[in-house]
Amino acid sequence: MSKNQASAAGSFRDKLKNLTDTNLLLAITIIVFFLMYLGAVIFQGGGFLKPQAFFNILSANAALVILSCGLSLVMITGGIDISVGGVTALISMCCAVYLDFHGGNVMTSAVIALAIGLGFGLFQGFLVAYLDIQPFIVTLAGMFFARGLTTIVNTKPFNVANEAFTKLKMTRVTVPFMGSVNKRGIYVDAYVEIGVAVAVLVVILMFCFLRWTKLGRSFYAVGGNAQSALMLGINVKRTRFISHVLCGLLAGIGGFVYFLHVGSGSASHAAGAEMDAIASSIIGGTMLTGGVGNIAGTFFGVLSLGTIQNIVSSAGLDQAWWSGITRAVMLCLFLVIQSVVMARKKKA
Amino acid sequence: MIKKYVMIFIVVLAVSAGAGWVFFGCAFEEEISHDPAPCEEEDYIVIGLSQIGSESDWRNANTESFKSVFTAGNGYYLLYEDAQQKQENQLKAVRDFILQEVDYIILDPIVETGWDTVLMEAADAGIPVILVDRQILLENDELYTCWVGSNFREEGRAAGRWLEDYLKLQSRENKEIRIVTLQGTPESSAQIGRTSGFADVLSEHDNWNMLDKRNGEFTQAKGQEVMRDFLKLYEDIDVVVSENDNMTFGAIEAIEAAGKTCGPGGDMIILSFDAVRAAIQFMQAGKINAVFECNPLLGPKVAEIIERLEAGEQVEKIQYIEETYFDTSMDLEKILKERVY
Repeated sequence: MSKNQASAAGSFRDKLKNLTDTNLLLAITIIVFFLMYLGAVIFQGGGFLKPQAFFNILSANAALVILSCGLSLVMITGGIDISVGGVTALISMCCAVYLDFHGGNVMTSAVIALAIGLGFGLFQGFLVAYLDIQPFIVTLAGMFFARGLTTIVNTKPFNVANEAFTKLKMTRVTVPFMGSVNKRGIYVDAYVEIGVAVAVLVVILMFCFLRWTKLGRSFYAVGGNAQSALMLGINVKRTRFISHVLCGLLAGIGGFVYFLHVGSGSASHAAGAEMDAIASSIIGGTMLTGGVGNIAGTFFGVLSLGTIQNIVSSAGLDQAWWSGITRAVMLCLFLVIQSVVMARKKKA
Repeated sequence: MIKKYVMIFIVVLAVSAGAGWVFFGCAFEEEISHDPAPCEEEDYIVIGLSQIGSESDWRNANTESFKSVFTAGNGYYLLYEDAQQKQENQLKAVRDFILQEVDYIILDPIVETGWDTVLMEAADAGIPVILVDRQILLENDELYTCWVGSNFREEGRAAGRWLEDYLKLQSRENKEIRIVTLQGTPESSAQIGRTSGFADVLSEHDNWNMLDKRNGEFTQAKGQEVMRDFLKLYEDIDVVVSENDNMTFGAIEAIEAAGKTCGPGGDMIILSFDAVRAAIQFMQAGKINAVFECNPLLGPKVAEIIERLEAGEQVEKIQYIEETYFDTSMDLEKILKERVY
């Protein structure tokens, strides 16, 4: 009996030893998220006990999940893309104008969204990969360009009145068996917005892409050490280019999901979304220096940030200020964790 | 390798401690102002307030009015959400309130449309919604309990009636009176109300001549521009009706730059709306005749409504807050001391 126990403990230790950096950071992220959520349930009780609270976090952050996935892809390759917020605002304004002023249909507006995102991705990717311009500068310019273009398309913010769109916006995907009884004693099914389904799909696809395709794994190689990757025969320029194109495409998808969520066009939409996406990726275990990252971690990173918002607001604090401060504290702590892991790696 | 295990443990502990310190610190601070959380005390009435933001003095005075009324001492627990000028934040706030099962939701809607779904969710959950300040376009009136705010039309009418009385005092009630209006943002409820309210009184007087009405956008810069144009186009303007204080300040600049005077004893009569501190001070300096208040202090009225709802009474759907006016015949020094904003 004790021999079995010893061998079981031994294999567990072995598993720990083989924990790569990526998985170590992922483990930390997931543990912290669960602790936080557990803490919220225990100390705040009430609304948090309902599964609907979790689904509300998902619904509110579906677009951010998609944007963060795109950003993680670029960060793993060692680059950055801070234009995603501006692109999202541009997409929401263009689609809103198209739907209301030109009487378009929803399908075409989705195509428009993808086209805009892809366009930005292609252009920025080309500048970064083939002209060797710093990604921060290129995407900074892209961000200003996108935001400025949004006001040229239409100066005033407005809500979309197109009926087909509003129907799609209000579609709910019911999650079975997770409903709860509300104040009146009526059983209400738990639901998520339609954007969540898209977000989950994107996460799964990107996860498989990074882990099981050659191109995905070359992202890690290029981000870890571009010189070594070049010597291994990986086309570094093409890899960087594709990472930006993918980020742009995901910004297009994320932008449309955001548009579905807010239902309006405005130049101030998604303000600071790129920062939230970067923060989520970092909390999820993606290193700013590149070469390390995990889409699952990014997903939990977004959820962690969303949970903080909910905890702050249910504690009766002014959510606008305190959630920002708490997120900043959390981000700093995770940056410290990252540098500790990196230092350990060097020592080993 | 044990180090790795220990490291994970220490790191998680550090993060939790860090997060815990932030929250505990906030919670501790909160306990000084609030008493136990709502789940422990059943006597508290839990209110969820979704405010537009904190973009102006008027808005801040509005928020402060709510916060000072809905305190633990009065038997309330207030959950306050600042939407930072975004509708999606307000929608999220209302949904959070529904999940938290608050007793009442107070909502100041930033725009007029897009609220149907979330108000239906609140109705399904059995939570009464009280709308304040801004109005919304809804197909189904049953989705909210009542609306509390300013009666802009009455503000306009009050200005007209004040002018009537003032002209009688000056024995000018039969002379021709030439009037211009600086209007606020087109299509805003404040502009529509004040213009039509004044027009109600205008139509009763044949000798009142409304020369022109132009858009001053509720800002000082635009107000000055429009007044300058009026002074060039029209001779002998008797009355300037300016639909908010900021435009009035701009108009005064334009009038003085043209070498004319305004206020009691001046060439022109100026009527203004809002009644911010600065306007009353201008009145003390003798530059404005009268200001008509737009009252942001909605807290006490809403608290009264909630008490009536708690007692099971029906409340009127549309409720106007009491608003008054100030002119140079009053003790302005005393009024300034008592003004909250």
